[in-house]
Amino acid sequence: MGGFFKKNGSIISTFFLIAITFWLIFLILIPQLYMLDLSFRPNLPPLLRGGPDDVYTLTHYKHFVFGSETSKDAYNYVDIGVFVDTIGTAILVTIINLCFCYPIAFYIAKLATPNATRLLILALIIPFWINELLRSFAIRILFAGEGVINNLLLEMGLLDAAVNFIALDVALYTGLTYAYILLMIFPLYNALETLDTNQLEAAKDLGSSTIRTHWRIVIPHAKAGIASGSTMVFMLTAGALATPVVLSSPNTFWFTQLIYQWFNMNDNWSRGSAYSIILLVVSVAFVLLMMRIFRVAIGEVVR
Amino acid sequence: MSADVELQGVSIAFGDFYAAKNVNVKIEAGEFFSFLGPSGCGKTTLLRAVSGFLEPSEGKVLIGGQNMSGIGPNKRPTSLIFQNLALFPLMSVADNIAFSLEVRGVSKQARRKRADELLDLVALNGQGDKKVHELSGGQKQRVAIARALAVEPEVLLLDEPLSALDLKLRQKMRTELRAIQQRVGITFIYITHDQGEALTMSDRVGVMNDGQLEQVGSCYEVYQAPSTPFVATFVGENNAFSGKVEKVSKSIAKVNVEGTSFSGSVGRTTLGDPHPVGVGDDVIIFVRPESLSLAKGAKAPKNNFSADIETIEFEGNLKNIYLKSNKNKSIRFSVPSVFDTSDLTPGSTIELSFATESAIVLPSGPLALD
Repeated sequence: MGGFFKKNGSIISTFFLIAITFWLIFLILIPQLYMLDLSFRPNLPPLLRGGPDDVYTLTHYKHFVFGSETSKDAYNYVDIGVFVDTIGTAILVTIINLCFCYPIAFYIAKLATPNATRLLILALIIPFWINELLRSFAIRILFAGEGVINNLLLEMGLLDAAVNFIALDVALYTGLTYAYILLMIFPLYNALETLDTNQLEAAKDLGSSTIRTHWRIVIPHAKAGIASGSTMVFMLTAGALATPVVLSSPNTFWFTQLIYQWFNMNDNWSRGSAYSIILLVVSVAFVLLMMRIFRVAIGEVVR
Repeated sequence: MSADVELQGVSIAFGDFYAAKNVNVKIEAGEFFSFLGPSGCGKTTLLRAVSGFLEPSEGKVLIGGQNMSGIGPNKRPTSLIFQNLALFPLMSVADNIAFSLEVRGVSKQARRKRADELLDLVALNGQGDKKVHELSGGQKQRVAIARALAVEPEVLLLDEPLSALDLKLRQKMRTELRAIQQRVGITFIYITHDQGEALTMSDRVGVMNDGQLEQVGSCYEVYQAPSTPFVATFVGENNAFSGKVEKVSKSIAKVNVEGTSFSGSVGRTTLGDPHPVGVGDDVIIFVRPESLSLAKGAKAPKNNFSADIETIEFEGNLKNIYLKSNKNKSIRFSVPSVFDTSDLTPGSTIELSFATESAIVLPSGPLALD
């Protein structure tokens, strides 16, 4: 600590300490702990809070697993179904995102001229000046029954009748993939940029095909970047709200929409908190499991 | 198996800039050939054209008599060792060496066997399971050599691979590289800016400057009989005196250097003929620092001149005496360390001379920058 003050000077050091403490304690720790506490309490009207009925209970977690007491089903198939769907779709979107971004990031990092690199990065960033809701609506316009893509395909004679891209969730997948593309591309780009170009040439000189060079040399080198990008995309996709609200089909329900309903429409903050905690814990557990399987250390992800 | 490499009128242009201009040379099969030149002279570009990472803008590269145009680096019988070695850091030493076999679908056991054989060849027995970063600089060097040899190339290309090593290790690796080359018997093409490396290892050297091959010859020829002022000053140290030819008889030219007459033998062109110098031509007369001697005590001193001693440097096996002539020209005079220099003190004036046979007269041209 003394070394830290000596190195950075007292003004900057004090600022850092206060800012980081404030950020960690007030913006992250306290609200999350409050939510955790709330999720184990019954949903009581304000007057009864702190009273004899305000005891710790698992009722909200039980509700997620078994459904309401009046329900005849053994399990809460609806909510669990939505949850599994959400996690599954988020995994799929992360994979699509990775497959889509890897070649782009590789091109920018290793093949493009410096000028092309700047142009491409600008082209990637500028669309994100538009807010997420507007971008989602733009994609809706693109994929709607009377939308740009349907009209174009009908005009060209490739389709006989309009395809309902919204109902097929094509629009949702596209929107979610596009929403967090930068969070995948930049970690990948950072990782790939540090790859010595001579390694690629050496592999080629030794007779390696492009695919094998990527498999044996480029991807292992970029592993931390892939983990970092995938983690962020997965977490944010699983927790997205605006894009699913605008783009999901009437039959698709995103888990965050459920959370939103408990908080805002049903005024049941305790249950909303419990559902949030479930999403958070499962997402983190899934990410840790993946990192274990692919042998990525947590320190590498944030490098 | 080893193959010869022939460059026929090879030029390589990047836009308007020529990195190599009309390079013609034939490197024999099994030869250790070095391209020697300052950084930026185009030698690495030339090596990339041989390895297939670059196509020449003009001319042809032939390996084993076959035109290589349109054949990629993975299809040529060459193997390249990069300046930074480009070992794969995430693979074990054995996996690095056997990567080219893995690519060809050789079984795991056969790969390991071959890797162990190659590790023996480069004196790294039993180090196959280590990670690359666990090795020292010299060991990494050997792994790179083993990896390049695993493809059984007919020609091994080396792009200044020793430049990152410290002096002692570099000298040791020179001997070792030469020994490996003789053991495997394939053609080595070596790129370096270090004349010590080029002269100690190579059968022949090609000296390059500004994209052009100035001279090709044995190490001895390039040092003793340079054919251009650049080669004379780039390879080894040389004192250069510019002047005009007064008289030419047989192969001896008498040159007037600012009022003093010096005689030297006329140098030969790259093709081996004497340079056609005539009376009145601008020439440079080159004298090696070790070819100078004190006029005092010599039997019949010729080519005398006097100069003031500025400093004396002790360099182990040699003493270098730096002088200024009365025409304010820097002169370097080297004597063996055992030579008694106690009466040569900075500030004193001495008389120097050199033998006509040890001086070389060449038409004026650009010198190597020092």
